[in-house]
Amino acid sequence: MGEKKKLFKNPEYYTNREMSWVLFNYRVLSEARDKNIPLFERLKFLSITASNLDEFFMIRVASLKDMVSAGYTKRDIAGLTVTEQLNRLEEKIHELVDLQYSTYNRSLLPLLEQNGLHVIKKQEQLTEKEGEYLDKYFESNVYPVLTPMAVDSSRPFPLIRNKSLNLGALVKKKEGEGELEFATVQVPSVLPRIVELPDDKGKRRVILLEEIIERNIHKLFLNYDIVCVYPFRIMRNADLTIEEDEAADLLKEIEKQLKKRQWGEAIRLEVEAGIDKRLLKILKKELAISDEALYTIDGPLDLTFLMKMYGLEGFESLKAEKYTPQSVPELMPEEDIFAAIRNGDILLHHPYQSFTPVVDFIRNAAKDPNVLAIKQTLYRVSGNSPIIAALAQAAENGKQVSVLVELKARFDEENNIVWARMLEKAGCHVIYGLVGLKTHSKITLVVRREEDGIRRYVHLGTGNYNDATAKLYTDIGLLTCSEAIGEDATAVFNMLSGYSEPLHWNRLSLAPLWLKDKFLYLIGRERDAALAGKPAHIIAKMNSLCDADVIAALYEASAAGVKIDLIVRGICCLKVGIPDVSENISVRSIVGNFLEHSRIFYFENEGNYEIYCASADWMPRNLERRVEILFPVEKEELKEELLHILKCQLRDTVKAHVLTPEGNYEKVDRRGKETFNSQEVFCQEAKELAETEREEPNGRVFIPETHHE
Amino acid sequence: MKTFAAVDIGSYELSMKIFEFSGKNKMREIDHIRHRIDLGTETYFTGKLSYEKADELYRVLREFAKIMETYKVDAYQAYGTSAVREMENSGIVLDRITQRTGIRADVLSNSEQRFLDYKSIASKGEEFDRLLEKGTVILDIGGGSIQISQFDKGSLTTTQNLHLGALWVRERLGRINAKPSQLEELLGEMSDAQLSMLKKFYFKDKEIKHVILVDDYLSGLLNTKNEHTDRIGYATAEQYQKLMEFMRKSSTGEIAVKLGISEENASLLFIAAVLLNRVMVMTGAELVWAPGVTLCDGIAYEYAQKQNLLVGGHDFEKDIVDSAMSISKRFMGSRKRAETLENLTMVLFDGTKKLHGLGKREQLLLRIAAILHDCGKYISMASLGECSYQIIMATEIIGLSHVEREIIANVVKFNHEEFINYEELSNSSLDMQAYLTMAKLTAILRLANGLDRSHKQKFKNIKVQLRENELILTVDTREDITLEKGLFTNRAQFFEEVFNVRPVIRQKKSL
Repeated sequence: MGEKKKLFKNPEYYTNREMSWVLFNYRVLSEARDKNIPLFERLKFLSITASNLDEFFMIRVASLKDMVSAGYTKRDIAGLTVTEQLNRLEEKIHELVDLQYSTYNRSLLPLLEQNGLHVIKKQEQLTEKEGEYLDKYFESNVYPVLTPMAVDSSRPFPLIRNKSLNLGALVKKKEGEGELEFATVQVPSVLPRIVELPDDKGKRRVILLEEIIERNIHKLFLNYDIVCVYPFRIMRNADLTIEEDEAADLLKEIEKQLKKRQWGEAIRLEVEAGIDKRLLKILKKELAISDEALYTIDGPLDLTFLMKMYGLEGFESLKAEKYTPQSVPELMPEEDIFAAIRNGDILLHHPYQSFTPVVDFIRNAAKDPNVLAIKQTLYRVSGNSPIIAALAQAAENGKQVSVLVELKARFDEENNIVWARMLEKAGCHVIYGLVGLKTHSKITLVVRREEDGIRRYVHLGTGNYNDATAKLYTDIGLLTCSEAIGEDATAVFNMLSGYSEPLHWNRLSLAPLWLKDKFLYLIGRERDAALAGKPAHIIAKMNSLCDADVIAALYEASAAGVKIDLIVRGICCLKVGIPDVSENISVRSIVGNFLEHSRIFYFENEGNYEIYCASADWMPRNLERRVEILFPVEKEELKEELLHILKCQLRDTVKAHVLTPEGNYEKVDRRGKETFNSQEVFCQEAKELAETEREEPNGRVFIPETHHE
Repeated sequence: MKTFAAVDIGSYELSMKIFEFSGKNKMREIDHIRHRIDLGTETYFTGKLSYEKADELYRVLREFAKIMETYKVDAYQAYGTSAVREMENSGIVLDRITQRTGIRADVLSNSEQRFLDYKSIASKGEEFDRLLEKGTVILDIGGGSIQISQFDKGSLTTTQNLHLGALWVRERLGRINAKPSQLEELLGEMSDAQLSMLKKFYFKDKEIKHVILVDDYLSGLLNTKNEHTDRIGYATAEQYQKLMEFMRKSSTGEIAVKLGISEENASLLFIAAVLLNRVMVMTGAELVWAPGVTLCDGIAYEYAQKQNLLVGGHDFEKDIVDSAMSISKRFMGSRKRAETLENLTMVLFDGTKKLHGLGKREQLLLRIAAILHDCGKYISMASLGECSYQIIMATEIIGLSHVEREIIANVVKFNHEEFINYEELSNSSLDMQAYLTMAKLTAILRLANGLDRSHKQKFKNIKVQLRENELILTVDTREDITLEKGLFTNRAQFFEEVFNVRPVIRQKKSL
């Protein structure tokens, strides 16, 4: 067996995770290129590819560069050295960027023009009247916030801020022989990047802020002649936290090297195509940028402004119809939420169904005189979260409120500290995360004293307690008062409070201690069933799949004859179609209007199928360095509902891309198949479900309310 | 409906369980909070608790108090076990616990603690009594010591405490720097001498079918699904051998991973497993049951019994009496004589309730004193009193606190010897209250003894009536009771001293 296990770990059977990520961003880009999608939605997708890429640079590329400087020699899951990975990435990302801009220039811009939105590409193209208007705009709005900087022998090269957009110029003193000097000004991020010109006979015109500054740059350097002006943008290795994705031995290595690490080293320079060679030379030298890290851009830098363009008023016909999350039939407003949960477990499918019940769950618990305690883990919460308010309220009402606030949530640290303090002031017991672990699980426990004893209500989810993202991310939530899960939930919070692990678990499996083994066990069970000649089937849906142990187990199961259907939105290091290894595995990725985020796992279990949801992906960081929860859904109707979700996604012919044995993702070949868009189907179903509930006749008899809490 | 918190200040762990009692006989565990803290190592070796440990102890108990508040518990009971018992300044520590945390805690003697462990098993319901119908050994593995108790036909025949607790063993083995592979062998050597002694003296010809395991290590494993056993909480001898085989083959690291426990726990688990294996092999038991209970369950069960929240169930008083009888038997006490005395004391006790005002528990103590009244004669007929006292003080009687045991030892002693004043009582932990109880019970036992002076059980049927200043004892017998009558005055004197009532014998010769 050992030999065989080793065989399945053959690096040739794995895809490098960074390369797989690039493929994911290509899939998002393909949405921007899809002619069937409303134009403004396409703008949005293109913008997302740009912000994705920025984040990828800051986190992943930075991390790889760290490895290089730390002298890390281990090979990755696919057997590549760090340098090999970086080299391949540079090439792939350059191609990706080229495609981004050809999409923008060749497809989107002409279409915008056709649809009555004219983007003025260059300030030189402005009419005199337009120019006058913008000059005035410049003087009253832009000029006051600009900080022009020039470089000469007495002034060092200025600090260029990470991710900021800048204009670089070569200037020359008006008097005397003077050499060429470098000057720069940051395009202020506090001002809108898109400036709309006054309406001209129904044609709407916009221009980008940097063009307006460029036009007026001479006003910033009065004693100089401007030789040339070009925008540029850099990305720095500025992420101060060490990535949890990396191996533990690497973390140690980096810690040792910490002092040597060049904080804020520039890892990418974007410049506009056609930039003056002298100017570019100065930038490259001062920022110590290699050729590979230089991106020559054929169009405006930083395409994230397209998200703002999406927000331009009007053009509604060019946007997808807004979907309103539907109410949940079991949880109509006015109804006692606790009674509803006592009636049976309730499954929530966001964003098709509203997130409000979850907020109400906590709100009601805060007010309910019989509630003794509320405990919750919070990872990323929206700015003005109603959940935080409800928790504070509960504490003020004398309930025992314990909240674990994860401060290590990427990019959110500051935000989190502010409201954590607020909760503490209200009297909540706040735990600021666990040493060495990120708490990624999403669980809420409400302890209620009822006539027949103490009852525990639990919400478990695959997504964060964030009412804003719950409108965009697809997630599963479960409301239950099952005794077994209640006991486990209590144990989870005891553990999070620093107490010992429980003597045993009933239903939940927790990372980092038990979860991975549980998954390996479940996969192994299917393998054994297949070996015994019984039907065996796994369907698993997640965001990323890159844990080598899990993948090896899947290969082993596939080789034994288990049918495995994977729905992996993002990174997937598993390869399909390897003879005798992964011939029974299919992988598809769904990239749609909503961000696929739920994690659902189906195991056939010899005809007595089990279905689980989790906060975790099959990634080492989820399984080994985070607190995560896997929970089974046991009520028959709910299991069917989840299975239906998985089956619909497997049927999807519109938003699904299928992984080929060659390692490419291709849209489903639709010939001879119905058009099936799973996200749309879910929207429709949620609407119908909410409708039927609403239509139920009220009758002619008034029902007096007898009980008011 | 009542909620109750049971707190166990253990040698290496603080734990609290929250229980809910609702309806008839429904006992439900709601929460179980455990905090690992090694109090034992320090106190076993230095007798003191360090500042840091004390601070941690107070902090966690304060948190416990808060959790109790959250659940709005109706009552709680906190007990310290061996680590607290071994502290030189345990009284001060307990007082400080109250001051710093608001929790009042008591200390359990070993026999009380083990008794609560039995109650914890009983809290699991009828299974306990069902297993006891056949020969059963309860193996209770603690941190410092293990307790082995044997039941035969439902009654407790012996209970012994051996210094083989899991932590203690690990500490010793650690000192001699044993390799893991040697562990089983070394542990076998350590335990077998004691176990074979136990077998020789106590188990001899008894057939033992079942072992009930109470511990915090192995029970967890037996109570989770695993490939070696097919019934949660149980293992047949055969299945257990397979489990042992698996553990022998795996490193503690592997066991830890496989069972999802910490490596530290895995090493303790292995020690517990070896101990159980030795006991299984020694007794030839066919089945082991690990009910997976902890001391907290016993504490709650006791509370529920006192509050009449639970009815029926195992008769624990019988266990105490049984074990007293088997002690008496070991020291060649006369069964018949003990029975007569027991009878007489019970009749006298009931008939004088108005005088002594004592309750059921004291009645039990008197009964045991009657059973053990002459155990000292095994050593010396001449100093019967003193020898009986020593035997009783040195013998564990399950279910009795230290103070209770001392009361019994004194009652038996002063049955034979001159009674002494409270002030003269040296080397004693009895307070005034306990002293008075002791005096009253002594008076009754002496009286009963006087009625059976000839050891011929003449006073089988006796009626007790209280009339003003006299206690009329009407004896229905045709035998000659001159001896009793003659010597009675002497015995009655002490009774009169204590109760200010004079006992008088009347003979009724019914035909």
